[in-house]
Amino acid sequence: MSAQESIRIFVPSDTTARSLGADAVADAIRAEADQRGQAVDIVRNGSRGLYWLEPMVEVTIDGERRAYGPVEPGDVPGLFDAGFQTGGDHAKSLGATEAIPYLAQQSRLTMARVGIVDPASIDDYRAHGGYRGLANALGMSGKEIVEAVTESGLRGRGGAAFPTGIKWNTVLGTEAEQKYIVCNADEGDSGTFADRMVMESDPFVLIEGMTIAGIAVGATQGYVYIRAEYPQAIRTMETAIANAEAAGLLGETVMGSDRAFHLEVREAAGAYICGEETSLLESLEGKRGMIRFRPPLPAIKGLFARPTVVNNVISLASVPIILDKGAEYYRDYGVGRSRGTLTVQLAGNIKQGGLVEIAFGKSLRELLYDFGGGSATGRPIRAVQAGGPLGAYVHPSQFDTPLDYEQFAEAGAMIGHGGLVVFDDTVDMGEQARFAMEFCAIESCGKCTPCRVGAVRGVEVIDRIRSGIEAEKNLELLRDLCGTMVDGSLCALGGMAPFPVISVMDHYPEDLEPAS
Amino acid sequence: MTAGMDTKPLQEPKGTADTATIEAIIAEHAERPGALLPILHAIQDQLSYVPDEAVPIIARALNLSRAEVHGVISFYHLFRRSAPGRQTLYICRAEACQAMGGRELEAHVKEKLEIGYHETTADGRFSLEPIYCLGNCACTPAVMIDETVHGRVTTDRIDELLD
Repeated sequence: MSAQESIRIFVPSDTTARSLGADAVADAIRAEADQRGQAVDIVRNGSRGLYWLEPMVEVTIDGERRAYGPVEPGDVPGLFDAGFQTGGDHAKSLGATEAIPYLAQQSRLTMARVGIVDPASIDDYRAHGGYRGLANALGMSGKEIVEAVTESGLRGRGGAAFPTGIKWNTVLGTEAEQKYIVCNADEGDSGTFADRMVMESDPFVLIEGMTIAGIAVGATQGYVYIRAEYPQAIRTMETAIANAEAAGLLGETVMGSDRAFHLEVREAAGAYICGEETSLLESLEGKRGMIRFRPPLPAIKGLFARPTVVNNVISLASVPIILDKGAEYYRDYGVGRSRGTLTVQLAGNIKQGGLVEIAFGKSLRELLYDFGGGSATGRPIRAVQAGGPLGAYVHPSQFDTPLDYEQFAEAGAMIGHGGLVVFDDTVDMGEQARFAMEFCAIESCGKCTPCRVGAVRGVEVIDRIRSGIEAEKNLELLRDLCGTMVDGSLCALGGMAPFPVISVMDHYPEDLEPAS
Repeated sequence: MTAGMDTKPLQEPKGTADTATIEAIIAEHAERPGALLPILHAIQDQLSYVPDEAVPIIARALNLSRAEVHGVISFYHLFRRSAPGRQTLYICRAEACQAMGGRELEAHVKEKLEIGYHETTADGRFSLEPIYCLGNCACTPAVMIDETVHGRVTTDRIDELLD
């Protein structure tokens, strides 16, 4: 390195890092460097997802990244005094980033580049293995690509866990002049942020995955439907798409081939139900997000009544590595019918919150304590809501359940999108049960009665129980109502909103007794 | 970025709700498949809300009934039919924020601003809206002021942000 060459300093630009002051840290580093007459090149990378250490600043020493965090603007002069630009020791030193146990114990496949690369740079993406999957795909037939995805064992990471390859195969086998690839980036479940991280930290992996999907099934148009609550993800994706078009990686001749694929971001408008794939399609068509009856499946009659692949961000972002390293490489991770890796998100009352990508099979307890370090408040963990607002509250007696779609289902819970929201022992589980119904009432599209009316009645019945009004009769009524909603609702909102309620009745009945 | 709010100039709607403005926005997007949401977003971005006068103009341009356009506007939580305050404070009400004191934060803000959800302070400074998840779930409670997300927001911290 010549004396003139500026030193690269990585300051995350991810939403959570910024919500903790990363922009002020970047400004402070710039100002301090100017004052000292030092040339620095501040790279706004994404986040590694070690969120309790954010803002986490990194430098490269002998090709290895070293981390410092959590950095506050007031730490910056001291960091310069310590010579952090060249790896100097400081109270905030975390050592080699990759050696931090939280990260070292992960298997980052889908998230391989997250927090490492500059999210706007195609060169950076390519330098870290990007676009090798698409290059391979362009030399394969659609059938071969779909077979590779099927062979990998990849299942829908949005929550439903439907085999991705089977969905693609249906679209491939349905003749139509126009087909579509739709990415469901309406990540509305509380406790989940993996989709946001991909879009903000490594947007090209999603673009590449969608392009491969298009090449595979013969779709020339893709849409990324991103929730309006993620303004930064929308901007980052739009920039990345424009850069990919300019580089010939999207458009009429993808990578110089005779294959076309166009991609566009569409902004949602705050309706949770639009994370349900048929509501999402209605919304993309410019309508109210009312769910559709199935059949027909979206794979046969989807967007504008054309065959459509609808996949979650993580599912699509997992495709490039499968096409790059092969189906077996991906399938070798995991257990049972849950193959590959899961991007677990540790959230809520947790000491070390963040993103943990690991092979399926680890227990909930390992995630909560080995990775998460227990609750943030230091109090005992009393409940964990797994799989979003429609997921059951998991009781500590179930914490040894391994992360596996089937074993979670047997325990009456679901993995969903991999979000784990942790609560300590101060939680009022009666209030949580009430909120599940309240949320369903707010977000119901209104198409079917069990959901539209059931959720409102659910809140009322829970209020009566908690006020001690005919508690036993009303508990029976609540269970009956939950059954009606589960059996009679058209989609997962009404059909699953009772699960957290049932879990509270089963595992925390004392919290439904009236306060004395 | 703690003092960001006070240094920011007070927002005024960038355009006026006249027919020509609305028609120009519609013309920009009308040819896109499924144009209604992009049109509504563009109008709201420019005018800060979707005025009722826009409904018949959009309906005509897209060959929809006024009821259909109104139905879409009212379906989505984030479309507004009247001008908001100069800044909008979104408080996350979802579970990951509840686990770290989100309910207390919510109550504190309502008391401090003397308004409830979907209301605007008497001085027009803030509108208050609930939001269900900002994806900031590892560092909660979270709020968003316009488009800036803040994490680990205690009651003291929100006082700093609002004062």
